[in-house]
Amino acid sequence: MSELASSGRQQSRMTYLITGARPCGEDAADILVEDGRIAAVGEGLSAPGAEVLDAAGLVVLPGLVDLHTHLREPGREDAETVETGSRAAALGGYTAVHAMANTDPVADTAGVVEQVWRLGEQAGLVDVVPVGAVTVGLRGDRLAELGAMADSAARVRVFSDDGHCVSDPALMRRALEYVKALDGVVAQHAEEPRLTVGAQMHEGDRSARLGLTGWPAAAEEAIIARDVLLAGHVGARLHVCHVSTAGSVEILRWAKSRGVQVTAEVTPHHLLLTDECAEGYDPVFKVNPPLRTDADVEALRAGLAEGVIDAVATDHAPHAVEDKETEWASARPGMLGLEQALSVVVATMVETGLLDWRGVADRMSVRPAAIGRLDGHGRPLAPGEPANLLLLDPGRRAVVDPAALASRSRNSPYAGRELPGRVVHTFLRGVPTVLDGKAQR
Amino acid sequence: MKRHLLEAADLDRADATLVLDTAAQIDAALAGREVKKLPTLRGRTVVNLFFEDSTRTRISFELAAKRLSADVINFSAKGSSVSKGESLKDTALTLEAMGSDAIVVRHQASGAPHRLATWVRGSVVNAGDGTHEHPTQALLDAYTIRHRLGRLEGVRVAVVGDVLHSRVARSNVRLLHTLGAEVTLVAPPTLLPVGVGSWPAEVSYDLDAVLPKADVVMMLRVQAERMNASYFPSAREYSRRYGLDGRRMGALGDDAIVMHPGPMNRGMEIAAEVADSVRSTIVEQVGNGVSVRMAVLYLLLGGNT
Repeated sequence: MSELASSGRQQSRMTYLITGARPCGEDAADILVEDGRIAAVGEGLSAPGAEVLDAAGLVVLPGLVDLHTHLREPGREDAETVETGSRAAALGGYTAVHAMANTDPVADTAGVVEQVWRLGEQAGLVDVVPVGAVTVGLRGDRLAELGAMADSAARVRVFSDDGHCVSDPALMRRALEYVKALDGVVAQHAEEPRLTVGAQMHEGDRSARLGLTGWPAAAEEAIIARDVLLAGHVGARLHVCHVSTAGSVEILRWAKSRGVQVTAEVTPHHLLLTDECAEGYDPVFKVNPPLRTDADVEALRAGLAEGVIDAVATDHAPHAVEDKETEWASARPGMLGLEQALSVVVATMVETGLLDWRGVADRMSVRPAAIGRLDGHGRPLAPGEPANLLLLDPGRRAVVDPAALASRSRNSPYAGRELPGRVVHTFLRGVPTVLDGKAQR
Repeated sequence: MKRHLLEAADLDRADATLVLDTAAQIDAALAGREVKKLPTLRGRTVVNLFFEDSTRTRISFELAAKRLSADVINFSAKGSSVSKGESLKDTALTLEAMGSDAIVVRHQASGAPHRLATWVRGSVVNAGDGTHEHPTQALLDAYTIRHRLGRLEGVRVAVVGDVLHSRVARSNVRLLHTLGAEVTLVAPPTLLPVGVGSWPAEVSYDLDAVLPKADVVMMLRVQAERMNASYFPSAREYSRRYGLDGRRMGALGDDAIVMHPGPMNRGMEIAAEVADSVRSTIVEQVGNGVSVRMAVLYLLLGGNT
């Protein structure tokens, strides 16, 4: 055990009295955190010997849960590590992140998922929950040992070939069926590969003018339509990654109305940015699925407010400078998200009146925890519950400076943009991972 | 004029007209002279940075720079990008350090000249980027039309062929619109981009319906390999529906001209009898290319000294 881990254990014995914070934006209350749990919630609490945190004006939310994070370790430790990504997550108010499987080697065996899980334990800043690959090597031709990953120490419940679509319909059907026995879910990267050969950006007026090969909305929608039919047919759970189009929202609404067990996520960047960002060809805005149109952004926000889209997931995708400072077509797709996700949700959903704080807690903590089957996260702010929580200063606005991010990479699409909301403190099972906006490890 | 020429939209009507007028002045100044050289850019350095083979465009720019007495460096860097060695940015900074005043860039990736322009202090001229634009081609086409027909305002131009993958088409649509011409794009629907409806041009799938009204027919190169991706069933069917042959040429008005940016696929999009006819401006376009590129380099580098 590292020194850090043991000091963490010591910290966990500390008692914290958080005063005057507004649980999910409601009336101010004091929260007593003791032995890793919420010991009491109420007005005028006192606790001799407790560390007192004056949280007047801050909103307290259950610790955020990300269903979609790329931590890059093992394989691309120059872009991110489990530790640096965990730090970025804690600073963003997260207490659990799902680490995607497209590492090198791919997380398609019990060995790799346990390695990632252990690295997360050592970092000790968030619960790092590995996602297992659906198919061996993400190649889409045969199932990985899903049961072995589920039974491993990492307790994998979410399986995804993210970055690649499980495009073979027969294989997708089998995957959906098979994970039923594991209480698992297949998280699909919905992209019909034959419709997106060489695709660089949303297919529409802008791609036509910029001469960049188009990524049609139909390539996403066709797969989602197919998969909800398959999930309904075999009675399995399906989760749809990074939904990006208005048409996808329509299909999801239809499927849910028919009782299909489908859940879906939207990224912060798809809630805020459009394909207009591609003007100028700066690949920091290249992402898969691509940024879409104003109408899509509007439909995604409405879908999230309505609950047709269940969760906000970052798709945090760190990339080394040389993979982004290049011509558009050669750049890798993806952008950072962990440290600004909540701010983007505040800007796009709260300040617009589409979601209240309880809604934010639901879409960023409660539902993602339920989808990932994480027992200790997304719980009510009530006595006896694990003290996984964050405190946010909703009024504080700041301009995003990529150089100041905790991520090892700098590919933030929000650089230079003013966003509202600052995460002040984050607690993981009663241990502060962030205090006064500073990571504690 | 802006500092760079990255796309046709960088030129407003006054700028575009200035380029054409300057090219005409250069032509007049050099006409009949034995020494076809002007001292304007003496001591300036122009780099031809070509990431894609294009002998004719490179030679045209090289000749243009040399006729203005600039020092010319040809930098052929086939196969760019991180995986294959030096990055575009490192290449750009290297050339900058060597004191280049202008970089003429041809690249297989759309937008590469735009990226380059953010990294260097000198001027960047786009000599063709991916399936995006080729603005000096559009300028030489406009120059050729104006020379032949005496005007651009109201001239009806049919651009025929693989619009989807054509940087020539994108630049021509923008520039000819800026200069008051009326453009109609003619292609099978598979070779038109989704979103073409937002362009300042008409669209038709029927070449025979468009030809009688056209003052200019601009044929685009169509690669036979496109049929492998089912953009059309066969070269023969493409040629039958969208190729310009002698019979179709007969439908054109008396003064109408036929253009092609080259290199041609004779027998595919254009028949030999058309390419070699008096209506054809194909050879003339090549010569005009040098004059127009001289005008562009002069205006970007020498115009304000």
